[in-house]
Amino acid sequence: MGSTGSISGLTTAREAGLIACQRCGQVHRLDQPVCKRCGGVLVSRDVQSLQKVWAWLIAGIIAYFPANIYPMLLTSTLVERTESTIIGGVVELFEHGSWGIALIVFVASVVIPVGKFIAIMHLAISVQKGAKDQQHGRHKTYEIVEFIGRWSMIDVFVVAILSALVQLDTIATINPGIAAISFALSVIFTMLAAQSFDSRLIWDADRTPS
Amino acid sequence: MQTKGTQDKATGLPTLDDLVACPQCDTLHQATELPTGARAHCQRCGTLLMTSQPAAIAQILSLALTAFIMLLAAISFPFLSLDAGGHHNATSVIDAILAFQDGFAAPLAIIVAFFIVVIPLIRLGALVYALGPLVRETKPRRRAREAFGLAEWLRPWSMAEIFIVGVTVALIKVAGMATVTLGPAFWAFAGVVVITVLKDQLICRYSIWEALDQSAA
Repeated sequence: MGSTGSISGLTTAREAGLIACQRCGQVHRLDQPVCKRCGGVLVSRDVQSLQKVWAWLIAGIIAYFPANIYPMLLTSTLVERTESTIIGGVVELFEHGSWGIALIVFVASVVIPVGKFIAIMHLAISVQKGAKDQQHGRHKTYEIVEFIGRWSMIDVFVVAILSALVQLDTIATINPGIAAISFALSVIFTMLAAQSFDSRLIWDADRTPS
Repeated sequence: MQTKGTQDKATGLPTLDDLVACPQCDTLHQATELPTGARAHCQRCGTLLMTSQPAAIAQILSLALTAFIMLLAAISFPFLSLDAGGHHNATSVIDAILAFQDGFAAPLAIIVAFFIVVIPLIRLGALVYALGPLVRETKPRRRAREAFGLAEWLRPWSMAEIFIVGVTVALIKVAGMATVTLGPAFWAFAGVVVITVLKDQLICRYSIWEALDQSAA
């Protein structure tokens, strides 16, 4: 731990009648509209945070359904033409014996997105109910969600590379399916949902409302 | 970082410029001079608030410049090539992006182009622009703060490292059906990823804002 001293216990900027810039940490009086140091817009608490979180989250969940139902990859070879979905691609890799890679794709395309939906819902609901327990746990959850969300894009990039690389006229061609777009949108929407969440709300619950 | 230790007469609290609020939980801390190499965390939620690495800005600048040049190389040179049954197909990063250009997948081409080329280039360019004058200890360029703010805002959307993992997965998928050769751009791209990770480890937002603040005054 470092050596930042605290002032009379732990006080939040809002309790002290101040407003803090989330971009650079500079503290201002409550009436300041923009940060004098970095020019960021000052918001004590984002009161619309949860609305934005729910909107982006629902959009993300909706886009996740077609991403799993429709094909991600369209493969044509001399003899056959196959379409594979996200899960289909994982099963294929698994049968191929590439267990490690199958696991990476499965975690990135299924475990992380679904885990994120549940985690963000849990965070939003707990803040709405004014939960006072497990603040550290929920804050950790938020940090993990923010950090890990982008990694779901792996499968989209796999499709991009395969479609660019495997263009061998009649022997074999691979083209992207519509699920690639749905999946990319789902990941982007959930990233926006996580970014809209104002983590200060987790820590406000045990403070006297002002 | 300087601690003036002055106190506001009205409130008895330290002056506003000596306070740091945790961006994650809003808890106020008093900024003090950290010993070199120390890291200060929020006392409530544990978020890293600031680090003390006097040489960091020069290192960030040199790494950003290196990554920028390597990324340009990664875009221009052949990335991967595929041989199967007498057919040969070489792919650059641009080809990977254009794979989506047909029909309904066109929006995806734009998204992928932004994530792996445009956003990383803008981020690196903005960092070089904002931090360059700080290293030379001259006046900051116009809009240097906006440039640094932009670079930090774009951070989650810069996905070069994820792209490299995607490439690895794709290579294993085609390994059975064709011979894949790695081109110079693949190694340049891998280099960009390593350098970007090192650089982002060094960035302490608080110190850089502070430095931009002081050199402007």
